[in-house]
Amino acid sequence: MSKKHLENADMELAMSRVDGRVKVTGAAKYTAEVQLPELTYGVLVESTVGQGVITSIDTKKAEWAPGVIAVISHLNTPGVPEYKLQNQDVIQKQLRVFNDANVYFNGQPIAVVVADTLERAQYGASLVKVTYSKEKSFSNLKDNIARAIVPKKAKADPKGMTSDFIRGRAEAYKDAEFQVNEEYIQPSEAHHPMELHSIIATWDAEDKLTLVDKTQGSQQTAASIAKSFQLPAENVKVLSTYVGGAFGSALRVWPHEIVAILAAKKVQKPVKLVLHRNQMSYMVGYRPYTLQKVAIGASKDGKILGLSHESYGKTSMYEEFTENVLIMSRMMYDIPNVDTKYRIVPLNVSTPAPMRGPGEATGSFALECAIDELSYKLKMDPIELRLVNYAAQDPDKKIPWSSNFLKECYQLGADKIGWNKRKAEPDSIQDGEWKVGYGVATGTFGAFRNAASVKATFKPDGTLLLQSAIADIGPGTATSMTAIAAKNLGIQPENIAFQLGNSTFPKAPMQGGSNTVATVGSAVVATCDNLKVELAKRAAKQKPEWNNAIPKNISIVGTQLVNSDEPSSKVEIASLFKEDNLSELVIKGDAAPGEESKKYSFYSFSVHFIEAHVHELTGVVRIKNAVSVIDCGTVVSPKTARSQSMGGIVGGIGMALMEDVVIDDRTGRTVTASFGDYHVPVQADIPQMEMMFVNEKDPYLNPMGSKGLGEIVIIGVAPAVANAVYNATGKRVRHLPITPDKLI
Amino acid sequence: MNNFQYKRVSSPIAAITELAKDPAAKLVAGGTNLIDLMKYGVMSPDKLVDVNHLNFNEIVKQDGSLHIGATVRNAVASANADVLKYQPLLSQAMLSGASPQLRNKATMGGNLLQRTRCGYFYDISAPCNKRQPGSGCGAMGGYNRMHAIFGASSSCIAVNPSDMNVALTALDAVILVTGPKGDRKIPISDFHRLPGTHPELDTTLDRKEIITGIVIPDNAFAANTTYIKVRDRASYAFALISVAVAMELEGTTIKDIRLAMGGVAHKPWRLKEAEQMLKGKQASVENFKMAAELAMKGARAYEHNAFKLKLAPNTMIQALKTASGIKA
Ligand SMILES: Cc1cc2nc3c(=O)[nH]c(=O)nc-3n(C[C@H](O)[C@H](O)[C@H](O)COP(=O)(O)OP(=O)(O)OC[C@H]3O[C@@H](n4cnc5c(N)ncnc54)[C@H](O)[C@@H]3O)c2cc1C
Repeated sequence: MSKKHLENADMELAMSRVDGRVKVTGAAKYTAEVQLPELTYGVLVESTVGQGVITSIDTKKAEWAPGVIAVISHLNTPGVPEYKLQNQDVIQKQLRVFNDANVYFNGQPIAVVVADTLERAQYGASLVKVTYSKEKSFSNLKDNIARAIVPKKAKADPKGMTSDFIRGRAEAYKDAEFQVNEEYIQPSEAHHPMELHSIIATWDAEDKLTLVDKTQGSQQTAASIAKSFQLPAENVKVLSTYVGGAFGSALRVWPHEIVAILAAKKVQKPVKLVLHRNQMSYMVGYRPYTLQKVAIGASKDGKILGLSHESYGKTSMYEEFTENVLIMSRMMYDIPNVDTKYRIVPLNVSTPAPMRGPGEATGSFALECAIDELSYKLKMDPIELRLVNYAAQDPDKKIPWSSNFLKECYQLGADKIGWNKRKAEPDSIQDGEWKVGYGVATGTFGAFRNAASVKATFKPDGTLLLQSAIADIGPGTATSMTAIAAKNLGIQPENIAFQLGNSTFPKAPMQGGSNTVATVGSAVVATCDNLKVELAKRAAKQKPEWNNAIPKNISIVGTQLVNSDEPSSKVEIASLFKEDNLSELVIKGDAAPGEESKKYSFYSFSVHFIEAHVHELTGVVRIKNAVSVIDCGTVVSPKTARSQSMGGIVGGIGMALMEDVVIDDRTGRTVTASFGDYHVPVQADIPQMEMMFVNEKDPYLNPMGSKGLGEIVIIGVAPAVANAVYNATGKRVRHLPITPDKLI
Repeated sequence: MNNFQYKRVSSPIAAITELAKDPAAKLVAGGTNLIDLMKYGVMSPDKLVDVNHLNFNEIVKQDGSLHIGATVRNAVASANADVLKYQPLLSQAMLSGASPQLRNKATMGGNLLQRTRCGYFYDISAPCNKRQPGSGCGAMGGYNRMHAIFGASSSCIAVNPSDMNVALTALDAVILVTGPKGDRKIPISDFHRLPGTHPELDTTLDRKEIITGIVIPDNAFAANTTYIKVRDRASYAFALISVAVAMELEGTTIKDIRLAMGGVAHKPWRLKEAEQMLKGKQASVENFKMAAELAMKGARAYEHNAFKLKLAPNTMIQALKTASGIKA
């Protein structure tokens, strides 16, 4: 049997990123780089108290400063019409920016200074003097755990992931012979994509708005803004041609975007607003600080009898943020008794946001460390323990997996990292001054699909333009979509262009939750099939055999249309445009999921292996080797898939070893907001990485056979690191990040 | 950032005159620290006097010492053949700081005067006696993981963040300065201050003086030096603890030794007692441990930096092992 899985060595021949050149040469213009005539610059003034009421804003000095055009706050805002409506969604109650004098978190935008240059706006902002009636603020989750609440969402959706849940019996772990019962803490993590959040707002008319904006969904941003400003949906146009990473931080409209639009209204000119790096850690969401309690009980043979999992996450005072921290505990392993409890704690912090692997990355840290802890109690190999509890079908929904190649993942990864070198006894491999350990952990994330459309413009010269509103926040969407179209049609990738990030293009969901390939890819396939049908129809006028051609057998080879069933029926592409003198063919395709999710449970899976070295005296951790094995169905674009997976490992190492948004609870102010204090991995922290893809088709999700990839590449990496560190040192760190001070 | 004037000077006298004339003027060299602080509103000089065109950019091996000009870039000094040959510790320490891009800009003079990285010093909404005398210390009851365990005062617990300074301290460097009253030579241990009641003053340099160079007296340490920096990631982070060791070995006997620590105090922290203890002793892990214990006398931790009480001696032992090549 020939090998199907893909590994590093297979990538060389794969297609490269179609926009690689424009990105590395700087030709790709990101939002903050876009220049418009008469552009003005907005700089935010933020609150310096964690809770209170603004008693005065002295803007005189700022207004007199050179170049300053306006200073806008709740005192003179043109207003957001939606804020005045009564029927605001009670669960997603966004911060009503500049609506009143209330301050809910330290760093809240409370005014904006608009000037003719960025520097003048910055200086102007430094001159605005604000006084407050200050109240005590609460930002520490542990100290305020008594304020924990059941999210409203749980009441609205009693079967959902945030509701209290029991399968079998609650707390059944207590009856088991071997038990683990521990508390795990994941601190807040900032998304910190390389590109700063930026927006340029232009009012083209009284009721017409164009935004150049960093967003993961041009159409969703347009719809949200249209609602806020009570504009006809078609009057808001959003462009996000290039997005320099987001990881979830651009899945919604944030206050700074509303501010830019308000400012542009006030000054009647386009306003550019770019966040400061520090503001990126409290103005555009973050992975929330989460405390989890996990208890597992198993019998001697490793069979888990009971699992209890509780989660307490931070949210803001004005909005309830929830995520699926507990989903993995419900579906990953075949456990008869599972109970989960999800709570949130409203604090004087800004609202969190989904961050790569939202919920699951946090949940898997606790669950997969607890499983590892159990393996030591049982004296059982942690892979073996997972296999003993392998779920042959989804134990939560009680339906079959659409596909599940976890066993293959364990096998491939164990071979690759050399799992046999691992010693069951912790702290038993020494390499000079370094202690060596191996760790493994599993990740999973739902494989989703939504509805989307794609527009194709096909020219007589054989070139194809495809358009979709979808964003590309970095995974290489244009590349994978080009690969799908090239494969479907036979056209060379260099003759295909894929345009995206424009709200006026055909419908697409947000780029989030790893659904782009499944969703937009399906629409690309539908569009290509439609195009082939149209071409066959035209060809049939020359050669009637084409009447019987089916899309699967039709392809474009060079300048010709070919039917593999009837090789002799070739026609010249250009000839198909002649009859009605068309200069181009415009074809649309739609695709939407069907009923398959009722019959099958759709998940992607990943298994991560880490070799960690820990210095015996200084506690420094070096990751020496990382192997991720991924079950994401068919890989449509191997190189970009590999890049995604690399990014996941890097993000997971950051989460495990260094990322930490620290708040000074006396003031609610973030003390690790700058890049000097908030550490993300640098090149020297990143080891040799091997990314392996099982590359087995999922038969049910979509025509390509692909499942999502973007999230599972990070979910499970942090616990794999923590487990490797334990194996190396015998020290179990349950409070991330694992910095040297925790290991000495 | 406030509006400011920019003035390029071509002689030390002209620079001194500018400083004397305008109390709110500041020298700028690489700008990697000062401009940053201006962007944060921590410092707001009304004039920047550019020293990059003064002729302080030479490295000269003289009889009995190595002279490095004040405007020599950290990248240049760390790759210089004489520095590598005579004072490899300095090169190693500089290379563990910042990033290649920053070291290409950063100068010797600027590095000597780089200011603390305390988050409360940087955040102008927080109290800070160093930034605004009398306003209080934000770090004392706040997040103080990176802060001092030696020599702090009730007004400031910040640390000097420089790697270069730790090596220079171990190497008994002398800072050459010139000012309205003429030239001075300041031994590095007298150059940086402890905070006391005046944390706003980092050094003993007068406001109107400029640094012209650094002199390192010859020593016999080159074969047994090391700089170990423990930080939260592999590169591009300030030290949690760093230790510079320079020793002269005769067989396995420590003939002479210099020890300095970074990340622990308002100034690079020279460990004289530990040096005394080790001098003439066998290089052995047992002796290293005793010296490390001695070095920690008088250390005091705050809420988040108690780990330094253990990490500091551990790092010191590691540095002594590495420098001596003695593993047991
Ligand atoms: C992101 C980042 C990471 C860093 N990481 C590290 C690190 O890990 N380790 C480390 O040690 N350092 C680190 N640094 C600090 C860096 O080493 C200093 O910023 C640099 O050495 C300062 O040199 P400069 O020439 O740019 O100084 P400038 O910013 O130009 O000046 C700094 C100060 O020195 C004064 N000055 C300059 N020249 C003279 C002179 N000739 N006479 C008198 N006064 C003078 C200026 O007036 C100013 O007050 C980092 C810096 C950054 C921005």
